[in-house]
Formats: sequence, structure tokens, C-alpha cells
Amino acid sequence: MAKDVIRVEGKVAEALPNAVFRVELENGHKVMAHVSGRMRMNFIRILPGDQVTVELSPYDLAKGRIVYRAG
Amino acid sequence: MNLRPKNAEAIEKMRAAGRVVAEILERLEEIGHPGVTTADLEAEAVRLMKARGARSLFLGQPHPRGGRLYPGQICVSVNEELVHGIPGPRKIAEGDVVSVDVGVEKDGWCGDAARTFIVGRAPERTVAMVAVTGEALRLVRREARAGVLWSAVAGQIENLVRHAGFSVVTEYVGHGIGRKMWEDPRVPNYVGRDMARDDFLLAEGLTLAVEPMVNMGTADVRETEDGWTVVTCDGRPAAHFEDTFVIRREGAEPLTRLPKSSGD
Repeated sequence: MAKDVIRVEGKVAEALPNAVFRVELENGHKVMAHVSGRMRMNFIRILPGDQVTVELSPYDLAKGRIVYRAG
Repeated sequence: MNLRPKNAEAIEKMRAAGRVVAEILERLEEIGHPGVTTADLEAEAVRLMKARGARSLFLGQPHPRGGRLYPGQICVSVNEELVHGIPGPRKIAEGDVVSVDVGVEKDGWCGDAARTFIVGRAPERTVAMVAVTGEALRLVRREARAGVLWSAVAGQIENLVRHAGFSVVTEYVGHGIGRKMWEDPRVPNYVGRDMARDDFLLAEGLTLAVEPMVNMGTADVRETEDGWTVVTCDGRPAAHFEDTFVIRREGAEPLTRLPKSSGD
């Protein structure tokens, strides 16, 4: 059975220490998300209010990582 | 990512689970004639699972995004359905492309595999699409050796499929497997933008469910209203093959093939 690449859109609500963000998803859920390695390498800045794409963990739907920032 | 290779005892148990999966898949291909419903295939699979002391891994599986639990015992995906088709009253017809996906747990260990077969005759391009998807798994057997990065194997799968003129699906991936069906790592069939992060080194004893998913037309897929069935956005057919492998020094050994079968 194939695994879903679970990606959802959301908006950054709050920046926390260690490149962790609280992101509000389109469905209203809030998740804690860290920034993917590729985005860190490219010094993409993320600020509250940014639209981002989050990949959720199938094991814990309250955690994820930010893989894209819109714009 | 926590990638633990399995010891010899665990691998033998996974081989036992894999054998049940392989037997069921062979049987379903045998009986998958026009007029048989996808629910009939499921009933036969369940009968074999019970006889072998195994149970379905799919029944009651939570949806990755928190939707309804998977209601079927196996997945049967016909024509434009790529994966996760729920068995039901649909009758298989001449020329259909039928993908059957079976996962079982036996003695606490898992096996997961899928085959696509064509019922009777189909257009040449459809036959070619199914053939190249199966060929991708033979490529994995040869190339997924201990010490190789997964991205090197995924790149070859992608090239094989693209050169044949078909599309690799990127929204669904294979997975590590062991005591649970879905373990780390994610095993994509393509080299994506995030591969630098998702890449991993193949180690001896690592057990992976590798599952190339190939579309005739666009790579885009969507989930239907039933919450599970994944179909191609353009309605053209798709193929899906899967084996549970253990990584060895000389290549990947499939655990979901019967010893006598030639691997086709």
C-alpha cells in the first residue's frame, strides 16, 4: 500500500526558537513545523504571515516540516 | 531518520509473511477473468489469509491525512485507478488493467506487494506501460545493493519509465516495512527536489517496500470521493507493481515472490 506524500498549505502563525514554527493549516489545525534542510541551506527566510507548504508526519499529524514558501 | 536493518530471524518471519502475499497475488491473477467482481477477488484473498494464519494490513488503516479508515482487505485498482481502490461490485471486463495490492501481517511481521495484469487483450501502449513498471522492480533487484544511495536507484527507475514515454507518479511513495506496514524511510520512485534530504544509504538487512507507480498520460493524480481511491487526473490507465525487499550486498532480494516464479 503506497504512502501518501502528505502536503498541506498553511500560514505561519508564530516563529519559535530553533527554526520551528507554529503553522495554521487550511483546515484550521495548528501544527509545529521545522524547516526542511534544503530550505535552510538556501537561507530562505520565513516570517509570520507567510504562506507555506507543510509535509506532515504520518505518525504524528501535529508535527511537520516546511518544504516550500510561497512567493 | 531511524533506519534499522533487520536481523536474520526477523527477515525469515517477513519472508513467511511475504510468501502468503505472493501466493495470494498469484491466485488473484489466475481468477481475475471478465465477470469476476473486485469483491470476489477480495473474498478469495481473505480465504487464503485465514488459511495461512495471516491478517490484512490494510483493513482499518488510518488515512494519512486523518480521513476514514480503509474499509477493504486488499486494494483492487482498475484502469484509471492507480492505487487504493476499494473492492466492491465492479465487474472486471475484457481489456481492463487490474492492479492488486495485498499486505499481510503474520507472526507480528509484515509483507506488502502488488501486481498489475491485463485481462485479455489491450492496446500495445497499455501492454508496454505494464511491462515497464514490472521491469522497474527487476531493476531494483539488480541495483539496490548495500552501499548505494537510494537516489541512484530512484534515478534509474525514473529514466526507465521516462524513456519508455510514461510518467512516474510523485505524490505516492514506497516505504520501509517491518513490524509495521509504514516505517521510515520514504522510498520515492523519482529524484525530487527534496531528495537531498530524503535520500538514504542502502544498508544490508534494510527492508523496503518498493512500489513504482506509472501513468500512461499525466503524472497528476487525485483522490476520489470515497476518500481512498487514487485516480489519474486525465482518466488514462496506470500501473503499479510492488515487492517487499531485503537489501543485500549483491542486490535487493524480494521477499514477496514464490521461489518457483521467474519474477514476471
